[in-house]
Amino acid sequence: MLPEIGQFLMVLAFCLAVIQSILPLLGAQRGQLSWMRMAPNLAWAQFAALAFAYGLLTYAFINHDFSVAYAASNSSINLPIEYRISAVWGGHEGSLLLWILILAGWGVAVASFSNNLPVAMSSRVLAVMGMVSVGFIGFMVFTSNPFDRLMMVPLDGNDLNPMLQDPGMIFHPPLLYMGYVGFAVAFAFAMAALIGGRLDASWARWSRPWTTVAWVFLTLGIALGSWWAYAELGWGGWWFWDPVENASFMPWLLATALIHSLAVTEKRGAFRSWTVMLAILTFALTIVGAFLVRSGVITSVHAFATDPTRGVYILAFLAVVIGASLILYAWRAPKVGMGGGFSSWSRETVLLANNVLLVVACSAVFIGTMYPLIIDALGMGKMSVGPPYFNSVFVPLMVPLLIMMIIGPLVSWKNATFKGSFERLYPVLAVGLLAAVVWPLAMGEWGLIPAVMVFIATGIVGAFIVDLLPRIKAPDLSSRIAKMKKLNTSWLGMHVAHVGMAITIIGMAMAASYQTEKDVRLAPGDVVELAGYSFTFKGVQEVRGANYSSLYGTIEIRENGKLLTVLNPEKRTYDKHKGMPMTQASIDRSLFRDLYVSLGDPVGTTGAWIIRVYYKPFMTWLWTGVIIMSVGGILAISDRRYRVKIKRRLTGRKEKNQAVVD
Amino acid sequence: MKARSKRLVLIGVIIVAFGAAVMLVLNAFQENLVFFHTPTEVKAREVAYDRQIRIGGLVEKGTFKREEETTTVTFNVTDGESSILVSYTGILPDLFREGQGIVAEGKLLTSGVFVASHVFAKHDETYMPPEAAEALKRAEEKAEATVQQATTKPTIVEKGE
Repeated sequence: MLPEIGQFLMVLAFCLAVIQSILPLLGAQRGQLSWMRMAPNLAWAQFAALAFAYGLLTYAFINHDFSVAYAASNSSINLPIEYRISAVWGGHEGSLLLWILILAGWGVAVASFSNNLPVAMSSRVLAVMGMVSVGFIGFMVFTSNPFDRLMMVPLDGNDLNPMLQDPGMIFHPPLLYMGYVGFAVAFAFAMAALIGGRLDASWARWSRPWTTVAWVFLTLGIALGSWWAYAELGWGGWWFWDPVENASFMPWLLATALIHSLAVTEKRGAFRSWTVMLAILTFALTIVGAFLVRSGVITSVHAFATDPTRGVYILAFLAVVIGASLILYAWRAPKVGMGGGFSSWSRETVLLANNVLLVVACSAVFIGTMYPLIIDALGMGKMSVGPPYFNSVFVPLMVPLLIMMIIGPLVSWKNATFKGSFERLYPVLAVGLLAAVVWPLAMGEWGLIPAVMVFIATGIVGAFIVDLLPRIKAPDLSSRIAKMKKLNTSWLGMHVAHVGMAITIIGMAMAASYQTEKDVRLAPGDVVELAGYSFTFKGVQEVRGANYSSLYGTIEIRENGKLLTVLNPEKRTYDKHKGMPMTQASIDRSLFRDLYVSLGDPVGTTGAWIIRVYYKPFMTWLWTGVIIMSVGGILAISDRRYRVKIKRRLTGRKEKNQAVVD
Repeated sequence: MKARSKRLVLIGVIIVAFGAAVMLVLNAFQENLVFFHTPTEVKAREVAYDRQIRIGGLVEKGTFKREEETTTVTFNVTDGESSILVSYTGILPDLFREGQGIVAEGKLLTSGVFVASHVFAKHDETYMPPEAAEALKRAEEKAEATVQQATTKPTIVEKGE
């Protein structure tokens, strides 16, 4: 009975979304306030229906209701409770339901925080969000019903894919979806502004916080996926340029361009049509991502069971979204106007270059990802584009972009001079050059790539310091602190995010350039030396887990003869997936290096194993930098100007409402 | 410089930069495309020796060998028609097993041995790497085609279309 209610709720949500996409929009066009007022209620009702449906599906997982086909194929009796809850999004149908629920959640958030928007604008935004919901809920209702029943109820389920039985996997999909789906909001704002014909600085100010929040979630989601791959796949890598990774990275690149171009539109009124275009393309790329992951064109842990109708549905949806939004764009954008002019050297120029580079980088990734798929689809043979392509294109494109991160924040808007922009940077550049010589040497061997990256990272941090100092200059400490408290959080957020990037760059460059690894064959008692650490293999024993048995290795690590830590890499075999052993790497993390051990295969009869040991410097910096980047994003949107209007409005609610209806 | 000529310089710079980026992409693309070949094609020497290629198929039963005291392994990859000796040093993927579909990326030596730098197995029990499946399919189609060629010649012409 309960699963049928769940299915009913999904259909109900679909109908509500249809009404939400029509009524408020018509209301906004004809000035019908009562129709526009329906939008928030509809958004809430849709969210409630989906949340209830989601709850019912979770209930089926927790209570082992294997009559639900989706639960039967993704859960089992022995699956621990935390994985039973996360298994709800471990497969195609459930993760799609989560996706839609999050989309509805963003709708509710827009409905709740739009008091400072003209009613017509917020109604149009919610109507566009409704249309996006129609597309995705329709996808689920018509092709992927998570509540389908089985005629023969199995006694036990198939269990969750062992690869997904990892703590990192619990949070990776929700965070990533928060990001992905969040760009539907940026898209809805752009569409609403085009429909209303008002594409000005206030539009940019409204849509900026939403875009930044979505960007923060996407950043964290990607990083968590990478973290999981690092710990779980046992290859010691953290980025593989896998199509599925690219599916999330392409929208990230464009979204990064979008938040920078929104800054220009808000501050200077320039780049308006370009910003709208980026919002459209970013959203389109999230749908492309959904296609790559859900259509079965690629095989990976993310690629769910193949069903051609799904791929066709998403492609059709993508075509409708791109087609409709581009037509609207072509019709309305020419009326938008150019906005403020700027000279050839100004903050605008730097941000323009930033946008060009990010878009080119995104296109390069797109070509590398899609080309093999297209060739294959056309039946012209099979080929692949590997990491060497991406690395050899991506790094040269990123270097100028990263260098601009040093200069950009110090270039003034509209009209700047080279002298004025660089003057304050001379000491920073000097320190950067020094660091570029010394730091890589301290790592053992000087190399061009780490040196360039060190120079950039030091430069970014230095630019922050020289930009900060004049702002907090004061005769005594207490007034300096007072000035610090008054710092513009949006400005601070930018710098913090940039510093986060600098720290991540160091992590990437150092780990990539100075990691050492050994694949060795070790019998119990054997010792292998790596980067000044000695690893003693103590053998492997069998251990039983909740729903798996594990070959549990023990490796002692010593530094200068002193026991540092004991690592326990595992090889797990899950009861329901006997043919699919899982490697669990074991990592000792510290501020300056990770020691990483994973088990390969057993060899011979002496209890010897092939074991892979890694020394990876500065890995912790990579993850820490990402967190700091996100903090920067949050700081940027906590700026007072995004809230100030709400307060003002609370005092004069009545009069304003009348005034703002278009 | 006047504002106008400044703008021209800016546009020029953008065009040059953009051209450079396109060059970079195309060049890298040319160099790093990894083509896929079946063991039969490799055996017939229809492949390049100097670049990375991928081969796919099943790990032939009874051919897996591990060298003493090192981490090097050798095995044959077959598509049912021909098999190729593959040598690989390092840790094999979890789902590597005799009789299973795998894909190996690496270079072909003139001796005919394929030295793999990466070995990919399927990601879980239910799927085979698409390239491995493709190799088996091609070999099967070829076998069918030869059988038909031997018996009914005229039909094969139509089939070739």
